[in-house]
Amino acid sequence: MWTLIQIELFKIFRRPRTYIAFAAITGLIGIIQFGLKLDGDSYVDFMMRDINSSITVEGKILNGYQVCYIVLQILLVHVPLLIALVAADMISGEANMGTLRMMLTRPISRTKFLLAKFMATVAYTLMLLVWLAILALFVNMLLFGTDDLFLLKSQYVVLLKKDDIFWRYLWAFGFAALAMTTVAALGFLFSLFAENSIGHIVATMSVIIFFTILSTLNIPVFNKIKPFLFTTHMIGWKEFFDIRVNDANEAIIGSIQNPQKILHSALVLVLHIAGFVTASIVIFRRKDILS
Amino acid sequence: MQAIVNVTGLTKQFKNLTAVRDLSFSVNEGDVYGFLGQNGAGKSTTLRMLVSLIEPSAGEVEIFGKKLRTHRNEILREVGAVIEKPDVYKYLSAYENLKLFARLSGVKITNEKLMSQLYQVGLASRAKDTVKTFSQGMKQRLGIAIALVHNPKLIILDEPTNGLDPQGIADIRNLVLHLSKDLKKTLIISSHLLSEIEQVATRVLIIDKGGKIIEGNAAELFDPSQTIVELQTFNNVFALQQLQLSSWKAHLQAQRDTAILIRLDRQLIPQLHRSLVDMDIQVLSLQPRHSLEDYFLQVTSGNQHVDTYSN
Amino acid sequence: MRKVLLFLFTFHFSLFTYSQDMTALVMKVKAKLDLISDYEAEGRMKTDVAFIKAPIGKVRVYYKKPNQFRLKKDGGISLLPKGGVSVNMNTVFATTDFVSLASGEAVVDGIKTRVVKLLPTNETSDIVLTTMYIDEANLLVKKMVTTTRENGTYEIEMTYGKFARYALPDKVVFAFNTKDYKLPRGITLEFDDNEKQLTDAEKLKNKKGRVEIRYTNYLINKGVSDSVFN
Repeated sequence: MWTLIQIELFKIFRRPRTYIAFAAITGLIGIIQFGLKLDGDSYVDFMMRDINSSITVEGKILNGYQVCYIVLQILLVHVPLLIALVAADMISGEANMGTLRMMLTRPISRTKFLLAKFMATVAYTLMLLVWLAILALFVNMLLFGTDDLFLLKSQYVVLLKKDDIFWRYLWAFGFAALAMTTVAALGFLFSLFAENSIGHIVATMSVIIFFTILSTLNIPVFNKIKPFLFTTHMIGWKEFFDIRVNDANEAIIGSIQNPQKILHSALVLVLHIAGFVTASIVIFRRKDILS
Repeated sequence: MQAIVNVTGLTKQFKNLTAVRDLSFSVNEGDVYGFLGQNGAGKSTTLRMLVSLIEPSAGEVEIFGKKLRTHRNEILREVGAVIEKPDVYKYLSAYENLKLFARLSGVKITNEKLMSQLYQVGLASRAKDTVKTFSQGMKQRLGIAIALVHNPKLIILDEPTNGLDPQGIADIRNLVLHLSKDLKKTLIISSHLLSEIEQVATRVLIIDKGGKIIEGNAAELFDPSQTIVELQTFNNVFALQQLQLSSWKAHLQAQRDTAILIRLDRQLIPQLHRSLVDMDIQVLSLQPRHSLEDYFLQVTSGNQHVDTYSN
Repeated sequence: MRKVLLFLFTFHFSLFTYSQDMTALVMKVKAKLDLISDYEAEGRMKTDVAFIKAPIGKVRVYYKKPNQFRLKKDGGISLLPKGGVSVNMNTVFATTDFVSLASGEAVVDGIKTRVVKLLPTNETSDIVLTTMYIDEANLLVKKMVTTTRENGTYEIEMTYGKFARYALPDKVVFAFNTKDYKLPRGITLEFDDNEKQLTDAEKLKNKKGRVEIRYTNYLINKGVSDSVFN
């Protein structure tokens, strides 16, 4: 199994397409960093226009932690598309190249073959997130320094103390990994059904975009289905940045407002991953390789 | 000789297309088994079923005395196959591809051994080049090297000369002969060109529309003194019964929708004619075909259903 | 924003008022405050606003005559009511251009106080009215309510202790009206309703915003560099 995973990773990292996602993330974060470094104050003013009517926020709002949050907020909606680019190509890409046929004439069980491919996809996803973390968190900490984190939510604002943030990012990245693995699993499942090089990627992206829009829309009829959409749970990482308050309305340092919600979302995502992977295995075991 | 591949009643039904219909054949150890048929006759589907790329709708495949359904990995460890085109990873070098497939096959192989395998197929000098720079012939040879990398007993090559120039075709032919004669491998080679199979095969199976037309020893089938006679009668069932009871039984090949095929020396045709009259078979036509190729072209371009029949 | 508040506390005293007694009292309070030319204080600030979740933070406060005031949070981000919490009496008495009226007596924090209403004479002033609750015996302002044109009403309550003789409070509670806060979910990229938190917010909705500073230490008349006010 380990050999299979190694082979898959070797193939992933020898393909030029793999680096598109890394380059895209680097480019996007670079642009955000450049823009904020150049004209961050305007961005902060824009961000603060609603709160400024009754509250004055003073201090270094645009610090490394804030920039990381901005980056994650923007990117974690789009990273799934980059993951789909590789995950949704794992089987169909090989089918398209004809190598799937060559691979499956070898003495490897299809289940093992599929699991190894999935593990490699997950490894790729994690590497992408580690890269994202390096650029979005560590580089921004160096570029913009660290300070308290001031966040605007729809109903309230949150101020997190400088020493109470880093651990939240570590967990947030962990959760994001779970969310992205769900995307990878979905892309993986779709990749079983197409033998051309683009259909499955488009299909995965479409599902993610469609579900994300449904998750975002605040229309009562859609609210009922929201809890069942995995995209609703994919932004659970944000919950790590919400803090509990005591009766005197003082934020309790080191607390999370709603850990049950995070756990629930994580569970929903894990179930989706398990469902997608199981479905992939069942389908793939019976699939006639006609490519 | 021991049969190492035994196929019985193999059938593959895709939605509303029967790609392979009740196909039975066997391949003996040491055979170069020529698998002939026009494009779309069901060759690739059959070969895919032999390496479990496709699940048969019915029938059984036994290789090395074991059922493929239950002993897939065990069997595939001893089988090397290039189905359809030899598609490999174009962004990897020939050497990397070979090494990758060796690892997949579960064999630990030294770099020297890998290089010698590439040398054997004439690719040693291009070992480090990415495959996307390779010609079709080079890819084909690399495909064969990959099929051989784990030293299998049975090698399955699907249309190995497709798209090759005359030199490439000759190279593959020599390689097949080397594998068979020097390395004592058993090979199944499919082609839609009789002339190719004729030069290397020890046994031949011709299929059309998923069904068997003829199977036999290559030396006999390709014997120029032998001819195939197509017999049409008023009552083919009666005619077949009579022939099976007679001394012509050994010459019977197959029964098609409207005809019975009899294979015999051209000089025996008048004698067959007399026997038919003697057996009170009412002959509508008795048509000799000049050669196997003539016959192959004739049957595989028609639209008639063929029922296989063993003698 | 802070300028508005500074302005609030720097309106002019009028020496010609209808209520001469009150002016005298106000002047006495001012005289007491005049003993301080500068100070630096450490404190802990708590922001209690319905829609803000913030921890208690350390602050450092600087004052220098006549009306320079600066609140600095130790390296972090501070959330202050619009206009700031430049809360100190010294700035109030820096100038004298308003009318003071006696408005009876009241008990604040268990202490009997004189209620004095101060009306600015400058009609363009942002401040409409200031009501002061003065502890006559100790010459301390216990409470101050200021209504502004732009930013609503502020209420400042002071509790004195160790530094009462300098008229410097141990605790200042600054209450102010807050506007509703709500951002569309599309902007904050939140997908669900967060119902529980909404109830929490609703519960606190009508509560006034409060900023409380507890001073732990004052360094009085030890000299403060001008650079801290920049």
